[in-house]
Amino acid sequence: MIELSGAAYWLPVVWAVLAAVAIFIYIVLDGFDLGLGILFFAEKNKIHRNIMIQTIAPVWDGNETWMIFGGAALYGVFPNAYATILPALYLPIFIMLFALIIRGVAFEFRSRMHTEQAQALWDIGFCVGSFIATFMQGVVLGTLVSGIKVENNQFVGSSFDWLSPFPLFCGLAVVCGYTLLGAAWLVWRTESTLQDSMRKWSGILSVLMLLMIVGVSVWTPALHATYMQHWTDWPRILFVAPVPVAVAVLAIVMMMALRGKTSRRIPFFCALGWFFLSFTGLGINMWPYIVPPGMTIWDASSPPTSQAFLLVGAAVLIPLILTYTAFAYHVFRGPVNEHSESYH
Amino acid sequence: MTGLDALFLARLQFAFTVGFHIVFPAFSIGLAAYLAVLEGLWLKTGRQVYLDLFRYWLRAFSIVFGMGVVSGLVMSYEFGTNWAQFSQKAGPILGPLLGYEVMTAFFLEAGFLGIMLFGMNKVGKKLHFFATCVVSLGTLISMSWILSSNSWMQTPQGYAIEPGTGRFIPQDWWAIVFNPSFPFRLVHMALAAFLSVAFVVGGVGAWHLIRARRAGRQPTEAVKIMFSMAMWMAAIVGPLQILAGDAHGLNTLKYQPAKIAAMEGDWESEGYAPELLFGIPDMENEVTRYKIAIPYAGSLILTHSLSGKVPGLKDYPKDQRAPSYVVFFSFRIMIALGVLMALAGLYSLWLRWRGALWNSKLLQRAVLIMTPAGFIALLCGWVTTEVGRQPFTVYGLLRTVDSASPVPSASIWGTLVIFVIVYAIVFASGISILLRGFAQEPHSNETGPDPRHPQRAAAMAGAVSDNAGTEA
Ligand code: HDD
Ligand code: HEM
Ligand code: HEM
Repeated sequence: MIELSGAAYWLPVVWAVLAAVAIFIYIVLDGFDLGLGILFFAEKNKIHRNIMIQTIAPVWDGNETWMIFGGAALYGVFPNAYATILPALYLPIFIMLFALIIRGVAFEFRSRMHTEQAQALWDIGFCVGSFIATFMQGVVLGTLVSGIKVENNQFVGSSFDWLSPFPLFCGLAVVCGYTLLGAAWLVWRTESTLQDSMRKWSGILSVLMLLMIVGVSVWTPALHATYMQHWTDWPRILFVAPVPVAVAVLAIVMMMALRGKTSRRIPFFCALGWFFLSFTGLGINMWPYIVPPGMTIWDASSPPTSQAFLLVGAAVLIPLILTYTAFAYHVFRGPVNEHSESYH
Repeated sequence: MTGLDALFLARLQFAFTVGFHIVFPAFSIGLAAYLAVLEGLWLKTGRQVYLDLFRYWLRAFSIVFGMGVVSGLVMSYEFGTNWAQFSQKAGPILGPLLGYEVMTAFFLEAGFLGIMLFGMNKVGKKLHFFATCVVSLGTLISMSWILSSNSWMQTPQGYAIEPGTGRFIPQDWWAIVFNPSFPFRLVHMALAAFLSVAFVVGGVGAWHLIRARRAGRQPTEAVKIMFSMAMWMAAIVGPLQILAGDAHGLNTLKYQPAKIAAMEGDWESEGYAPELLFGIPDMENEVTRYKIAIPYAGSLILTHSLSGKVPGLKDYPKDQRAPSYVVFFSFRIMIALGVLMALAGLYSLWLRWRGALWNSKLLQRAVLIMTPAGFIALLCGWVTTEVGRQPFTVYGLLRTVDSASPVPSASIWGTLVIFVIVYAIVFASGISILLRGFAQEPHSNETGPDPRHPQRAAAMAGAVSDNAGTEA
């Protein structure tokens, strides 16, 4: 390996952290949107569905923008990773995009339909689109973790490498996780019967999610020898070891909050905590590879001039973006019920 | 199968998706500006009719914007799925530009869109107006970045090529962003967006004027204002667009003469060149058949002098010629529509001066027929620009063949077919919702829930998306 120093070493590290943060923000924000869509299959009541949509209608577009940011950052900062991951995951990515198109237009279309049937059809589109998009995000993640065949910075595997047990399991895991986020979000933002039913779902989904976390954690080290090493590696183990403990603590807090019916917010933040822990665990495991098993963040990087140019903007603009996004959430705060003003 | 290889399919897919996408951003750019003007007029004059118009067009905006967003999301991943080698080599330059577009424009639009659509009661009039202006500004910023990217691919500068990898390494960001064709393309595209929306607004106005006349009643105030504003726009922007297009053509002659040769269907480089009104370029035999030409006009238009030398396709090796039979026609359709739209605008000025703007059947029918004309011209313009750049993706430096992804053609086939189906469904639904909305006149003194949407009653509190009737 070539010895890197100075900016050529540090810029990719900074960007890797920043990209991870952006992806995490995306998961947090669009995660509950997609999970809420999946929950349409459980909530047949039309008034409830409208309330559910109303909790996210003003903000979902901004949430999805984090995904566009992820794509653009990868393109500009780690072009070699962008150019291998996307062809390697060609089919899952396109299936995800088709699903996102359908659920994205369903937001607008469902309430504009003139017949009950047409509206019901777009409701199905919203639900199924959310489900498929979520599942495929898990598949993409799972395929990436299990490794992509690369030679000379080009993808050389087959179109169906993603169609194997581990990625599909990850797909299910992400479906459970996002649905939990959606349910917990609705516990926070709604009232009465809808809220009660979402408490129930949060409980069921929490159990499922815990099982999935255990499943993925046991499976991952078995994929590559390097992942296995991380559990014995010093000092990496210092980062890895507390994760299971923290997951368990959050589980207890979650169960108490759901039983006690006192707090509206705690379930949502517990679910976020699980995502945060799983995500950091994964990051520590993959480090410093961006496309395992062969491509490190330095292999994938664009020249320092490109990375520095975008970093200057990001340093100024991201805090600004977070500020006005928070303002938008603030404007539409407060619980939503069938009597609340429906913005028109 | 020759011709249907992976590269061709990848191009077809990219052209289809970007062609679908571009219509909606252009619509949004023009409509957001129009909405900002309407809301500003309402705040200034306090007249209800401006608020009615604002709500009426806001309803359309939420649909159009949504379709722009979902189709744009696809584009930002398609560089990698379809053009992996291109992304590796040009990513260091184009990636940061797209990154800036996201950070300065997309977040801005998305952050304030919710307030613009749903927030009138929550934040008050002034802040709401601010949100509308910010969304409009966001669409313009977005346009600037993406056109800078595209223009850099047409007229690259400010880079060095890395030995070994063939990557483009940025040297001078200022030169990259403000590359030679960028200012021309930016002006031309912005005018195209405004003109396209002027004819949509004008077409809807014309339709209601015609209906009022048929029903033997006076048109409403809102309809008259709508039609009048659109015709002002057409009268100003139509002629300006011809000037901008002319300047753009001169710039292209300077930097991409091979493209001009293909657009004109000229084979020999010559002075005193004619301008072809019609012809069928034959790439194989290096001639243009069935020509109808205006003598000397070619030199005059392109060089502003009779003797000016115009490039011919034979100046360039065969493997560097763009397919003339596409760009020749797309270019002429754009020009023809541009001239017609400008004429409609000028005719409306004449009628206005005579005090007969509301009574001309001819103008109303013409504008109604021309409702989609702007979008057709805009698509033809893009086809000219993009196909005229062939066989390169980065002009003169990176060939399209060397840009593709290692993806088997079966995958591309499959996704292309699904794209066509999905976009057909989305497009048909979106357009039918828009048309159903346009079929109604803007109501006067519209307050509270909109009676024109019966499903509202059933949906009760929840039909959030049907939001346009924000209360004052
Ligand atoms: C930022 C870049 C960018 C932008 C803004 C556009 N394109 Fe483009 N276009 C490309 C980047 C590109 C490309 C990646 O460079 C392609 C792929 C293959 C190629 O030659 O160029 C291309 C190809 C391409 C082709 C196929 C040409 C051929 O292969 O013969 C068509 C018809 C269009 N585009 C049409 C459009 C339209 C209607 C656009 C309006 C939005 C547009 N392009 C914007
Ligand atoms: C191939 C090139 C293009 C890519 C990759 C692309 C990417 C995108 C993306 C990801 C979005 C969604 C952003 C959101 O969530 O708000 C979007 C929307 C938008 N795009 Fe494009 N775009 C392309 C071409 C263009 C062109 C040529 C223009 C203008 C001249 C344009 C102008 C816009 C605008 C104004 C929006 C805002 C949303 C809307 O108005 O519907 N785009 N684009
Ligand atoms: C009638 C006078 C017009 C002239 C002389 C003209 C000229 C041109 C030229 C020379 C190009 C190609 C530039 C290049 O590839 O380097 C172009 C592209 C284009 N034209 Fe026009 N045009 C006219 C009218 C219109 C109208 C009415 C519209 C749309 C409403 C339009 C929309 C476009 C678009 C979207 C492009 C591609 C983007 C660009 O390169 O700017 N044009 N035009």
